[in-house]
Amino acid sequence: MSDTAIHAPVLAADGTPLKRSLGRALRVQKMRALALIAPLLIFVLISFILPIGDMLFRSVENQIVEDTMPYTVEELKNWDGASDELPPEPVFRDMYFDLFLATEMKRHTRLGSRFNYESSGMSSLFRQAGRKLTDAGKAAQEALEEVDPVWGERETYFTLFNAPEGTAVDTDLIDTQKKRIRSLADEAPKGEMDFAPSEQASALLPFSARVYTSFAVITGMIKNKAVEKTKPMESLYLAMIQDVTRPGFSDDLKAYDGPFKDDLARLATGGLTAPDYTAIFESVDRAWGNVETWRVIQTHSGAYTSGYFLNAIDMQKTPEGAKMQPQNKRVLIQLFIRTIIMSLTIMGACILLGYPVAWLLSNVPTRTANLLLMLVLLPFWTSLLVRTSAWKVMLQQQGVINDVLVWIGLVANNNRLVLINNEIGTITAMTHILLPFMILPMYSVMQTINPSYLRAAKSLGATNWTAFWRVYFPQSVPGIGAGSILVFILSIGYYITPEIVGGTKGVFISNRIAYHISSSLNWGLAAALGTILLVVVLALYWCYDKIVGIDNVKLG
Amino acid sequence: MSLPIYATFGQRVWYYSFRVICALIFIFLITPILVVIPLSFNAENFFTFTPKMLSFDPEGYSLKHYKDFFNNNEWQRSFKNSLIIAPIATIISVTLGTLAAIGLSQSHVPFRRGIMAILISPMIVPLIISATGMFFFYSKIGNFMESSMGLDKALVGYIKVILAHAVLGIPFVIITVTATLVGFDRSLTRAAANMGASPVTTFFRVQMPLILPGVISGGLFAFITSFDEVVVVLFVGSASQKTLPWQMFIGLREQVSPTILAVATILVGVSILLLTTVELLRRRSERLRGMSPS
Repeated sequence: MSDTAIHAPVLAADGTPLKRSLGRALRVQKMRALALIAPLLIFVLISFILPIGDMLFRSVENQIVEDTMPYTVEELKNWDGASDELPPEPVFRDMYFDLFLATEMKRHTRLGSRFNYESSGMSSLFRQAGRKLTDAGKAAQEALEEVDPVWGERETYFTLFNAPEGTAVDTDLIDTQKKRIRSLADEAPKGEMDFAPSEQASALLPFSARVYTSFAVITGMIKNKAVEKTKPMESLYLAMIQDVTRPGFSDDLKAYDGPFKDDLARLATGGLTAPDYTAIFESVDRAWGNVETWRVIQTHSGAYTSGYFLNAIDMQKTPEGAKMQPQNKRVLIQLFIRTIIMSLTIMGACILLGYPVAWLLSNVPTRTANLLLMLVLLPFWTSLLVRTSAWKVMLQQQGVINDVLVWIGLVANNNRLVLINNEIGTITAMTHILLPFMILPMYSVMQTINPSYLRAAKSLGATNWTAFWRVYFPQSVPGIGAGSILVFILSIGYYITPEIVGGTKGVFISNRIAYHISSSLNWGLAAALGTILLVVVLALYWCYDKIVGIDNVKLG
Repeated sequence: MSLPIYATFGQRVWYYSFRVICALIFIFLITPILVVIPLSFNAENFFTFTPKMLSFDPEGYSLKHYKDFFNNNEWQRSFKNSLIIAPIATIISVTLGTLAAIGLSQSHVPFRRGIMAILISPMIVPLIISATGMFFFYSKIGNFMESSMGLDKALVGYIKVILAHAVLGIPFVIITVTATLVGFDRSLTRAAANMGASPVTTFFRVQMPLILPGVISGGLFAFITSFDEVVVVLFVGSASQKTLPWQMFIGLREQVSPTILAVATILVGVSILLLTTVELLRRRSERLRGMSPS
C-alpha cells in the first residue's frame, strides 16, 4: 500500500469526499429540524416572550411626564430641588402652556394620576388646574381686545402665523409639534392641513407660534377641521401677551415685514403687563406654591425611573435619593414576606400529606396503586375553579365542615369556626390544589427505590425507624426536592384561590398585582412587582433544572 | 406490602394507623369534589345540606340549578365562548407544538436547551405575570388590529384570547409529544423512505399514527388549560369574551348562586371523561412502545 492511497480522501458514492458529504447531510438535517421548530419558536417569542419583555420595560418606563410636559421638564432641570425656593417663573410659564395643551387633549388627568402614585393629592391638583387655566386665557383675550378688537378674531391669528406661498416655513416647529401631539393623542396626526407656520412670525412671537401650531395640528390633523375657521385655544392669548411684552420685542419688530405689523406695534405699546404665571397657579390652588409639589414633579420627570421598583419594596424616590416610605404605607415587603411564609407553609403541608401517600402508592401491588392513583389524579384534572368553589362551600361558617363539627359536638352552634377569608382558608384550599404536584414526583422517585436495601438494613439489625430514616428516606429526598420546588413555584404566583378564599389576610403578592392592574391602574408598580416575582420564580426554576432537569418534567 | 405474621403489637398498631392516616389524606383529596355533586341538586338556594336532603326526602332535591345553567343567558354565552376559544387555541398549540417537538427530537439541534427553555417558559412563569405582560402588550396589538386592519372589536378580542391560550397550552404539547417521541423507533421512518415514501407520506402514514396517543393527550392538556384558564382571560379579554371559568369566578366573588355547583358538577364529569381518555391513551402508547424493537 503506497502513501498516496493512505492520504487520499475517502469518497462517497457520488465522488465527493466523504467528510464533506457527511457534513452536508448533517447541515441539511439541522436545517430541517430548525425549520420545524421555527414557526412555534417565533409564535412563542411574539406572543409570550415579547409581552414579558414589555412588562419588564414598563417597570422602569416613565415617558408620560416628558411626553406631556416636555418644555416644563426641560426648564425644571435648571432648578435645584433641594433649595427652599420655588422654581423660577419660566417653569411656571412652560407648565401653563404644557398643561393647557394636555388638558385640551384630555391627558392632564393621566399625568395627575401618575404623580398621585408618588404623592396623594396630585391627581386632584392636576384635574383642578386643567379646569381653571382657561380663566387666565380668557382674561388675556379681554385685555387684547381692549387694545384692538381685531385680536378677538380667529382669522387674525391664522393670517399672522400662516406662511403664504413662497415664504419661509418653520419646518422644525411643525415637526416638533406633530411629534408632541402624536405622543399625547393615541393616533398619529394624519392628512393634510391648510396651515404652515411662517418662520418670520415664529421668530418674532415664539410662544404664540408654538401654541398656534400645536392648535393647528390638533384641529387640522386630528379633528380634521379647517384651522382658519376654528376658534384658537385660550392659551394663545396669554402667549401673545407673553410675546409682545418680552424685552427686545420692539427691536425685533422693526425687522419684521409680515402682516399686522402696525397692530403688533400698537400691542407692544398698549400697556399690557407680562403675565405672572406663578400667581395664576397659586390662585388655582395654593399647593402649586408649595416647593414639595415641584420636588415630586422634578424627581419623577425622567424618561426612565427606578421609582416603581423602590415603591415595590416600600421605598420612595426623593430628591435626596431613595428613602423608606412612612410607616403606615409600608405594606408590600410585609406582603412579600407573607407570600413566602404561606407558600412555605403550603409546601410543608404538602410534604407532610404527600409523603405517606406516595410511600403507600409505591409499596402496594400495581393494580391497587393504579386505582389509588386515580384518587390523586382526579383532583389534578378537575377544574381549579371547581375545587376552589368546593372549598368555599366547605369552609363557610354555614358550610359543610362547620356543620359536621357542630353535629359531632366539637363546636358550639353559636361559636362556629372562621375558616374562610383568612390564612387558614388559603392554606387549606391551596394545599389541596397543589398536593398532586407533590405526590406525583415523590411517587416516581419512590418507585425506583429498591426494597431490598430496606430488607438488608433490617437484617443487619436496624430497627424499622433506623432503616427508614438512614436508608429509605435519603433515597427519597430527590422526590421531596422536586415536589417541593414545584409546589413552591406554583403557589408563590397563585391568584384565583387566594382571591376567593383568602379575604384580606390570606392574599398573596399576585393579588396586589391584579389590584394595581385593574383597580388602582398603577401599571408601573404592577409591572415592577411582577418583575420581582418573575426573578424569584426563575431563580427557583433554575434550581429545579439543576436538581431535576428540564426534560424530566412529567405530566399525569 | 402486607404485615408479616411475626409483627409485634407496636408494628401492628403502626401498620393500621398508617393506613388510616393515608385514608384520611385520600378523603381530604377527594371530598371537596364529591361534596359538590349532591349539593348541586339542592332544592334551596343554599350551599349546605338542608335537613330534607339529609333525610333523603325527594323534595329536598331538584334540578333547578341545572335548569338555571341551561336557561341563563350569561352562563350560556360564557359556555359558548369557552367552546369557541378552547378548541381553536388547542388546534394552534397542537399543530405548532407537534411540528416543533418532532424538530426537537432530531439528533443534531443547535441551541436545544435554550429553545426548550423558551418553549416551556409559559408553564413556568406564574399566570399572573404572563397575564400582566399580555395585558400591556396585547392591548397594543389589539389597538393596532382595530385601527390599521379595521377588524371588528369583538373579533380582535377573540383573537387576543385565543393567541394567549394557545401559548399557554404549548408546553404541555411539547412535553407529552417529546416524551412519546423518545420511544419512537427512527428506523421506521428510514424504512419508509427506503421504500420510496416522501417525507410527507412518511409523516402522516408512519410517524403520526405511532405518536398519535401522545399528540392527543398533549392536546387534551392544552384544551383543559384553555378551558380552565381564568387569570389571562380576565386581563386580556373583554366582557364579550367572558368564558365559563370567568363567569364562575364572578359568581364566586360576587353574587353567590348555587348554579356554580351545577356547573362544577358538569365540569367534574368532563374531567373524569378526560382523565379516562388520557389514561387509556397512555396505556396504548406504552403497549405500542413495548411492541417496537428499541
